[in-house]
Amino acid sequence: METYALSHIQALEAEAIHILREVAAEFERPVLLFSGGKDSICLLRLAEKAFRPAAFPFPLLNIDTGHNFPELTGFRDRRAAQLGERLIVRTVEEAIRKGIARETPGETSRNRLQTPTLLAAIEEFKFDCAIGGARRDEEKSRAKERIFSFRDAFGQWDPKNQRPEIWNLYNGRIHPGEHMRVFPLSNWTESDVWQYIARENLDIPSIYFTHRREVVRRDGQWLPVSPLLRLKPGEEARWLNVRVRTIGDISCTGCVESEVATVEGILHEIAAARVTERGSRADDRRSETSMEDRKREGYF
Amino acid sequence: MTAASRAPAGSVELLRVFTCGSVDDGKSTLIGRLLYDSKLILEDQLEALHRSSDITGEGRINLANLTDGLRAEREQGITIDVAYRYFATPRRKFIVADTPGHVQYTRNMVTGASTANLAVVLVDARNGVGQQTRRHAYVASLLSIPHLLVCVNKMDLVDFSEAVFNRIRADFAEFATRLNIRDITFIPISALHGDNVVESSSRMPWYAGAPVLRLIEGIYIASDRNLEYARFQVQCVIRTHQDAFQDFRGCAGQIAGGVFRRGDAVVVLPSGRSSRIREIHTFDGPVETAYSPMAVSILLDDDLDVGRGDLIAPPAQIPHLGQDLEAMVCWMSDEPLRLGGKYALKHTTRNARCVVRALKHRVNVDTLEPESPADSLRLNEIGLVALKTTVPLVFDEYRRNRYTGGFILMDEVTNETVAAGMIAEPVRPTPHPAPEYAV
Repeated sequence: METYALSHIQALEAEAIHILREVAAEFERPVLLFSGGKDSICLLRLAEKAFRPAAFPFPLLNIDTGHNFPELTGFRDRRAAQLGERLIVRTVEEAIRKGIARETPGETSRNRLQTPTLLAAIEEFKFDCAIGGARRDEEKSRAKERIFSFRDAFGQWDPKNQRPEIWNLYNGRIHPGEHMRVFPLSNWTESDVWQYIARENLDIPSIYFTHRREVVRRDGQWLPVSPLLRLKPGEEARWLNVRVRTIGDISCTGCVESEVATVEGILHEIAAARVTERGSRADDRRSETSMEDRKREGYF
Repeated sequence: MTAASRAPAGSVELLRVFTCGSVDDGKSTLIGRLLYDSKLILEDQLEALHRSSDITGEGRINLANLTDGLRAEREQGITIDVAYRYFATPRRKFIVADTPGHVQYTRNMVTGASTANLAVVLVDARNGVGQQTRRHAYVASLLSIPHLLVCVNKMDLVDFSEAVFNRIRADFAEFATRLNIRDITFIPISALHGDNVVESSSRMPWYAGAPVLRLIEGIYIASDRNLEYARFQVQCVIRTHQDAFQDFRGCAGQIAGGVFRRGDAVVVLPSGRSSRIREIHTFDGPVETAYSPMAVSILLDDDLDVGRGDLIAPPAQIPHLGQDLEAMVCWMSDEPLRLGGKYALKHTTRNARCVVRALKHRVNVDTLEPESPADSLRLNEIGLVALKTTVPLVFDEYRRNRYTGGFILMDEVTNETVAAGMIAEPVRPTPHPAPEYAV
């Protein structure tokens, strides 16, 4: 019997496809931010759903911190090649060399330096819209952000002066030099993303599944031992079976002990989890408002 | 049409809820309580909550801090913007838009309410139905939210008195007779202490109904959608010339109402050209039927000139077509409405310009009486305007279909969104497309 009703995943998918097509129709030079992480993997599938059999109406852009899990970079390049879509990579390394991004003494993580690097890339290519995979359930200040999120000529977000967003009528009007950040997954939760990956049978980087890795306990988290992480006195590295829940700069991405080797296993694990995924990112734990501060500056 | 509408087996349905009420009525506390009692607050959020609790100077955990995200509002102790929260039960997945109670932020409430299936209005049991409550209930009605749940909160502060609850219910029901809301339910609660939120309260044995969570899990929403009038808004046209898809030309868009089937006769508006649906294309293969809110591509039998902003509908159910509109608008900008002013307008997928020809009246949201003459609308005011658009719009009355009856106005210089509009009955009867186009 015909039911004329959608499941919640189908409803979220339809909303995201509609948003992507609005971007294609209303912007001249959009770009899709693709890191190789699970959220942007969903974005690519949604773009296929929105635009195939035609090519995507935008290139892909990755802001590469240089502090990567090697598995992620390989996955990113492979996926872009499979889709036959253009991938632009701009590196924090290069931005530091050019003086666009400046390192703070004592700060190892390059998550913060992605902001000036991204803004420089937006300026270089004159992008007027950047599509990102951020979700409102990730963090409190994200919970207040619009789907079409306006950025001024400095790339800044003004949380107290957001455009009202009514029905599915998105206001894409900007002046030259300004741009829009668009978040088609705004209403998705971590669990929705994994359900979608399972439903669509999407390939994901291997580090989301259990693997043996050398880690060290710091600030209540297991951080990967890498050339970027020096052991402090009294710290002891251990080999454990771990996986990552979210991927950022390798120097601050916490791993969780896990034996899970399938997407279904991940879904069970997060249903039982006692910590949100952002809780495994050291950069978000510095202060209660750290994400809000970074977003005001133009972080994605 | 009476389609028995349930989400496919083994899946859950999405319910969009928005909460409103006056400042301090306890909206954020209610949502915090729903999350807390249904064990959805995770450890790191709880830890962050403890870290930040000294900001308010209160010793105990402040449940409202779970939803009051931005620093400014934590410092002021009020919710200043729409915040979205997500939680799920085995039966439903909820998107909760928590919206502010301050007068000056009503525009955010319209944002939160525009897509909601259910409005949750909080009333402080000590204060009863006040100006803000009436205003919020009116806006919920104006935006055609089908279901309303009135939570009489802080029952602990009135000794869980049935008489207090009954008086508020009677006051609200009296006011609501002048509103357009199909379904209203009342419930006495204490969000702070959890009475009738997730579990039934033993302190109000006189209340026989279900607690909030069970009510919102059970509200029947399938018949709220308009499945009668098929509407498809063209967002863009997808073309390719690959061998596998020779001369593929799909009208990409979202179904805004009703059901389309392969082979259906359709009319493309505003041109009035007719054709048939050759294929309903999706990435996962062609489908026989498409219904709201699916996003698909429609391929037509004839090579018509179709583009963004066009609307596809069945020939027997043609929407209105015209350049003269009357609409209720909610003003959302500090800059008041200018009579004779020109604004950018977005309606479905069509961008146009319009001029405000008249302000017929302003609504007094306390009495619901129209006030005229009125010369302007200021921030958060609501009124009936007459507009003329630069190009013909294809529309339905808002009360019939939110997605073909709603529009936004934007300032052509600042690009701000300045108003939300809901189209009323057409000014004059719409001439149907010329007979030669009819199928």
